[in-house]
Amino acid sequence: MKKIKLIEFTHARSGDKGDAANVGVIAFTRQGYTIIDKYLTVDRVKQYFDGICLGDVIRYELPNLNALNFILNNTLGGGGTVSTKLDAQGKTLASAILGLEIEIEDKELNLLTLESPEHD
Amino acid sequence: MKDKIRIASGQGFWGDLMDAPVYQVTRGQIDYLVMDYLAEVTMSILQKQKNKNPEMGYARDIPELMIKILRSCKENNIKIITNGGGVNPVSCAKACKKVAADLGIEGVKIAVVHGDNILSSIDDLLDKGAGLSNMETGEPIEDVKSRFLSANVYFGAFPIVDALEKGADIVITGRTTDTGLTLAPMIYEFGWKADDWDLLSAGTVAGHILECGAQATGGNFLGDWESIENFEEIGFPIAEAYPTGEIIITKHESLGGLVNVETVSEQLLYEIGDPKNYITPDCVADFTTINLIQTGENRVEIFGIKGKPATPFYKVSCSYEDGYSAVGTLTYSWPNALTKAKKADLILRGRLEKLGLKFDEIRTEFVGYNACHGPLAPARDENEISEIMLRVAVRSQDKSSVERFGRELAPLVLTGPPSVTGFAGGRPRPSDVVAYWPALIEKSLVTPIVEIVE
Repeated sequence: MKKIKLIEFTHARSGDKGDAANVGVIAFTRQGYTIIDKYLTVDRVKQYFDGICLGDVIRYELPNLNALNFILNNTLGGGGTVSTKLDAQGKTLASAILGLEIEIEDKELNLLTLESPEHD
Repeated sequence: MKDKIRIASGQGFWGDLMDAPVYQVTRGQIDYLVMDYLAEVTMSILQKQKNKNPEMGYARDIPELMIKILRSCKENNIKIITNGGGVNPVSCAKACKKVAADLGIEGVKIAVVHGDNILSSIDDLLDKGAGLSNMETGEPIEDVKSRFLSANVYFGAFPIVDALEKGADIVITGRTTDTGLTLAPMIYEFGWKADDWDLLSAGTVAGHILECGAQATGGNFLGDWESIENFEEIGFPIAEAYPTGEIIITKHESLGGLVNVETVSEQLLYEIGDPKNYITPDCVADFTTINLIQTGENRVEIFGIKGKPATPFYKVSCSYEDGYSAVGTLTYSWPNALTKAKKADLILRGRLEKLGLKFDEIRTEFVGYNACHGPLAPARDENEISEIMLRVAVRSQDKSSVERFGRELAPLVLTGPPSVTGFAGGRPRPSDVVAYWPALIEKSLVTPIVEIVE
């Protein structure tokens, strides 16, 4: 098993939806998508954002874009216009999730590194 | 029928790059310039301005911008569509008319779309059976409606299509969906029908890509952002639309930025919920059916989009006053910057408590350490931290408590931990907290008004 951070094979974007934040994670490659699809579970994301996301996490799949979309409920301190947070709209949560580390099998890591870093 | 049209995004929000629309009009061929000016909080600000002066209540940048672009638009037959009319599209249109007259440009036909502002007719609509309960929390409207600052229905593309059919060169709307601004010219030019759900969804997806300006062309891009060239003159996105629903996202070649599958994908993921059900007044688009392919340099084709019938509802966005807030900052330097900032926070909180002030919330963040990522911030060796900005924010229904908080921050400079600076801005002052009330209303209860302003 090997540890790998999302920043090594995905990018992301986040924003606000009321008091919820959305965090979209996009794999650079198809193989990268199969890995986030397998390992980036609701529980894993909820655990990672412990103390930030105070509600539940919902996961949606967009295999056509090699992407997952997470809704983090009760995360923005009351929502964009009410929140006293510096990042009231959750803009930096996209970069936060790129620090999430998952443990994958060696053969999966090989497939990731064999692929060109350029988008196919 | 035209075989294709080029629709250019000119603003992603009110306050976006001022020259972006000028570049869109002058640096290459386009047929339409679309500009989104409205955010949730914007409507309440505009309504307050209109309450003070009945001629105000729209994005005042628009007439200013017209001075720069109107002649080019007229000469090159570029139509302009914007929702910057806010709560007073008619006055905005009149101000633009005046610009045209001052510049000696004749025959500029301006249409407005309104009827979205339901602030004065809420009780009437409730009598007619509108629910208007909070669609996120389910709370009933009765408790808050007396505090409403603004209440607007989100119209879709079709009232704008109506305006274009009336011969408008410029369409200025109130609260119209961002996506409707981009979809409308496709419906108008290609004769798409109100139940062409796949086509309407394709145009809606294009609208979602355009609605945040350069966020689709390399701005705020979390991929290989350092490879983006010429941020200084970043090109905003252009949707090249075809009658069959294929759309190419591109930008003017001479401008900066980047259009590739990654930059477009990031924008597609921005602020979406359930991707299978992207709901607008015009259709329900399925984002899981979007195909993206790079077809050339800075050209990404989107195709294959499927959609479903629109719902019988419009979304309504209301805002209401919900107390006061204030934010103050102080900056502490090495050594032990974080320890000093933490101690200052404790002293401040102790003083606020002794004063018996009432707060719904006191939030402390340490900028340079954990303000963005909270508990995810790794532990740091204080020797490696040059400075920390202490940021304290309070929120309360009691204005005097918030005011007093503002007076308690500066004293820390002489009565707390050392090596502190950064208080030149003066005392933090209370600002109004505006909360947001999203609701749904049956489409049959509200009618868009489309008229040419003479």
